[in-house]
Amino acid sequence: MKLMRCPVNGLRPIQEFAYGGLFRPSPDPDRSTDREWADYVFSRSGEPALKKEWWYHIASGTWFIAERDTRTDEIVETYLFDGA
Amino acid sequence: MPYRLLKYALSQQYPEARMFRVPKRLKNRYDVVIIGGGGHGLAAAYYLARDYGITDVAVLEQSYLGSGGTGRNTAIVRSNYLTPEGVRFYDESVRLFRDLSADLDLNLFYSERGHFTLAHTDATLRTMRWRAEVNKHLGVNSELVGPAEIAEACPELDLSCGGHFPIVGALYHPPGAVARHDAVAWGYGRAAGQRGVEIHQQTAVTAIRIRNGEVAGVETNRGFIETRKVLSAVAGYTPRITHMAGIRTPLVIHPLQACVTEPLKPWLNAIIVSASLHLYVSQSSRGELVMGAALDPYELHSTRSTLDFAEGLAGHLLELFPFLSDVKVLRQWAGLSDMTPDFSPIMGRTEVKGFYIDAGWGTWGFKATPVSGKTMAYTVAKDDEHELIRPFTLSRFAEYELVGEKGAASVGH
Repeated sequence: MKLMRCPVNGLRPIQEFAYGGLFRPSPDPDRSTDREWADYVFSRSGEPALKKEWWYHIASGTWFIAERDTRTDEIVETYLFDGA
Repeated sequence: MPYRLLKYALSQQYPEARMFRVPKRLKNRYDVVIIGGGGHGLAAAYYLARDYGITDVAVLEQSYLGSGGTGRNTAIVRSNYLTPEGVRFYDESVRLFRDLSADLDLNLFYSERGHFTLAHTDATLRTMRWRAEVNKHLGVNSELVGPAEIAEACPELDLSCGGHFPIVGALYHPPGAVARHDAVAWGYGRAAGQRGVEIHQQTAVTAIRIRNGEVAGVETNRGFIETRKVLSAVAGYTPRITHMAGIRTPLVIHPLQACVTEPLKPWLNAIIVSASLHLYVSQSSRGELVMGAALDPYELHSTRSTLDFAEGLAGHLLELFPFLSDVKVLRQWAGLSDMTPDFSPIMGRTEVKGFYIDAGWGTWGFKATPVSGKTMAYTVAKDDEHELIRPFTLSRFAEYELVGEKGAASVGH
C-alpha cells in the first residue's frame, strides 16, 4: 500500500488523499493581459520533474504541499503551506 | 511444410519479405521528421507519402513501434461524441477504419460490435439523449435505448447491478467496433516504408533546434538531423518534447490502466461501457475480456500497475457480470494519457514555425489514428490546419475557445 505523510496526521494510506494539482502562484488578475491569464489558467509544466503540488487529506480536511518526483512517484517531502 | 520450414530456417536471406524496411543509416537531413512511431506518427507518414508525395520522411521512435499508447489502449473505435466538432472528426476516423484492412493489405480484425454506454441515473440519461441527438443530426448511427433492448443485446448483464446502480437505459452506437491495435501501427508502418519513408526505432530525440522562431533540426541519440518540419506525435511524452521546443501546453500526464482476463468462449458481442462504474469491457477475437477503468488520480510518468486498480475494476465488473467471479486476470498494464482540460485533442501548428503538434490524446487516441494521420499529413504538407482539426489548435486556450468534449472515455458526467 502506498503511504503519504500528512503534515498533521502522519503516515496514512494514499487513498485518504486527493491530488490538488501543481502549486502555482497566481498572477495579479487586474494587471495581467488576457494572454498571461490564459497561460496561468490553462498551461502546466507537464514534463516529469520533482514538483511542488497541492494535496488534501480528505479525512481531516488538511490542505498541504507535497514535493514529489512525477517520474518515480517518490514523495520527497510534505509540509503545511506557510502562506509565502 | 516441414521442408519449407527447414528451408526457411537455413536460408541466409529471408525468403519472405520483411514487415519493415530497416534503413541502414540515419541521414543528416530530411524534409520532415516525425517524432513518435506509434499509430498516429506512422499514419501521418503514410498519408504524407501517399497523398502529398512527400517521402523524404524519417519517423523516429525512442523504443519499438507501437510501444506507447498504440499498444496499450483497449482498442475501441466509435464516433458517438458530444460536440459537433468531435463527432465530425471521429466519424471520419470510423469511415477510414472500415476500409483500412484493404488499404493496408493487413487484417486489422476490425469488428463492429455495437457499443452500449450504460446510464445508471436520470442525469446520465439526459446527457446521453443530448449526445444521441447531436450524433443523429450529424448522420451518426446512435440512439437511446431502454433496459429491454440492453437485455436483448446482452442477456448476461445484471441490469440491477446487484441492486446498487440499476441500469435505466443506454446510449447505443451500432458502428462501435474493436480492432487489433498493434496491427494498425504495423500496417501504417509497412505501407509508409513501401513508399520510401524511413522508420528508425531506438532513436530518441534529445533536443529541438530552433532558429529565429523556426525549426532548424532535431538532436537525437544518433546525431543531429537537419529539417524544417517536425511533427510531434508522442501523446504521453508530449510535455517532454514541447519543453525542448519551449512551447507551453495544458497537458497533464496521468497513467491509464487496463487488463485482460484469461480467454473465454465467445459470449460478449457488444462493447459495454459504464462511466458511473468507471468500466469498459469487450471480448477480443482471442476470447480475452479487455477492460479498462478511470484514469489514475494524479500526475505520473510511469507505466506501473496497481492492485488498487485491479481490485476496483474487478468489483465493478462483478456488479455488471456476477458470473465472472472465478475468471482470472491474465495481464495488467498502464499507458500514459496526455489529458487536456476540455477532453479534446491538440492538433496543428504552433508558435514555432515548422513545429506541428498531434497531442492531447488522453484516453481517446486509438480511435482517431487514421483521421489524425490524414489531417496532420495535410497540415504538415500545406502548413495550414485541415478543416476537421481547426477547432483543436493549441491556440484555442489562449483564445478561451475550448471544445468541451464530455463524450470522451473515462470521463464522468
